[in-house]
Amino acid sequence: MKFPYSFPVTRAFCTYLGQTALLAGETFNSIFAGRIRFKLVLRQIVEIGFGSQAVVIITGGFTGAVFTAQTFFQFNALNMSSAVGPVVSVALCRELGPVLTALMVAGRVGAAMSAEIGTMKVTEQIDALRALAVNPVDYLVVPRAVAMMISMPLLVGECLFFGILASYFVAIRLLNVGSVYFLHNMWTYTHGKDIVMAMTKGYVFALLIVFVACNQGLSTTNGAVGVGRSTTDAVVISSLCILIGNFFLTMALNIVFPAGVH
Amino acid sequence: MSEKNLIEVRDLRQTFSGQEILRGVNLDIPRGETMVLLGQSGGGKSVFLRHLIGLIRPLSGSIRIDGEEISHLNERELEPIRRKIGMLFQDGALFDSMTVFENVAFPLREKGERKESVLRKKVAQALELVSLQGQEEKMPVNLSGGMRKRAALARAIISEPACILYDEPTAGLDPIVSDTINRLIRRLQTHLKVTSIVVTHDMISTNHVADHVALLREGRIHFNGTLSELHSSKDPVLRDFIDGRSHEID
Repeated sequence: MKFPYSFPVTRAFCTYLGQTALLAGETFNSIFAGRIRFKLVLRQIVEIGFGSQAVVIITGGFTGAVFTAQTFFQFNALNMSSAVGPVVSVALCRELGPVLTALMVAGRVGAAMSAEIGTMKVTEQIDALRALAVNPVDYLVVPRAVAMMISMPLLVGECLFFGILASYFVAIRLLNVGSVYFLHNMWTYTHGKDIVMAMTKGYVFALLIVFVACNQGLSTTNGAVGVGRSTTDAVVISSLCILIGNFFLTMALNIVFPAGVH
Repeated sequence: MSEKNLIEVRDLRQTFSGQEILRGVNLDIPRGETMVLLGQSGGGKSVFLRHLIGLIRPLSGSIRIDGEEISHLNERELEPIRRKIGMLFQDGALFDSMTVFENVAFPLREKGERKESVLRKKVAQALELVSLQGQEEKMPVNLSGGMRKRAALARAIISEPACILYDEPTAGLDPIVSDTINRLIRRLQTHLKVTSIVVTHDMISTNHVADHVALLREGRIHFNGTLSELHSSKDPVLRDFIDGRSHEID
């Protein structure tokens, strides 16, 4: 059976998927075996979690603000301005919050991970780790994966909070939507399951970003040019994975947490 | 396996992108002695060295370290073997996010040493041995090429390995710093009885540190003998290498 293995692109794609899956498997194996370096995890939480605060707050806040304005302009024509609150909060929770946070983190943290590990690869620092009997997955990937799994759901939560806060101020202060209607409808139509869905997506996107970025870094070759290419590829591939994965996650999670059903 | 040898390599073969790099290397490295592996640039010397610590898995052949066959071991199984061996990489390969102190202390921390006073003392001793005292707080980027190599050597020796692998220890260094490195290699061998394998094409370095010399040519060991046997050899390939003749027409 030659097809589809005869196509170099298909083969490269399958190899890439296999490499990433093996890295993920090895990482979880190390985590479950307790080979976690807590000091490095804390350092990565500072880098990923605290370092991404500004970008996540600005993304969440302005997305909430602009989405509120656009929704209001359309809904107001139909005399439905009181529906702005729930529409914005549900959209932020189920889609915009996790996806935009993940895209921003992929750009900031994914690129940094890939560049750092890639530079270590081309300057023989990863070989030096191995020569010193230190497993590079335990030392480099596990702390980043654990830190991402802890940080991403919290960053998504932060994005939602500032998105809804900005939405409230834009709707109430700038667009004169009734505060009571806005809050009442938002509380009525936004459920706990919407927030659980946001966190679940954030968690899955964290894994996508960390394994794509670390795999790119670990497979870097060809010096500085290779590091640049790996960094770009890490951002592009993880962003595409987030957008494509989001569709399938939405369809799957909607079975578990159906939208609009109490 | 003979007790005399720390490392025994048999019929080691390696191919990269269809090109044969090693075509059946056979070499014994005696315990407590310094073996210099000579060869032209791009001849597979560093590739051979990397096989000895399991950084590259052989295509076929056998590598025995201290009686243990390592060619089939996976990364985790190789860790105890790697703890017995130190390696000096060509460009040092210091961790650039750490200070010199953190780099040199790294192997001890990985072994579980947590006492800061013990780490400080041992790092100071290792740095003194390589004449780098007082440089603990510098970042690798602020060191010269020779200092980086010496710091990397301090990192390689701090956990007192039974064997040290040197990948081009004097490449790119001025003659004075090269001489310092050569003296260090010699001192480690005489004082600590460390088995050393030095990959180089530097004949001055070879004359300074070698007990045994092997020449890797076209993927095989072309010559294996003592330093005096090397110099008394009439083999034209060896003579060309020793005298630095290329036979290329200007």
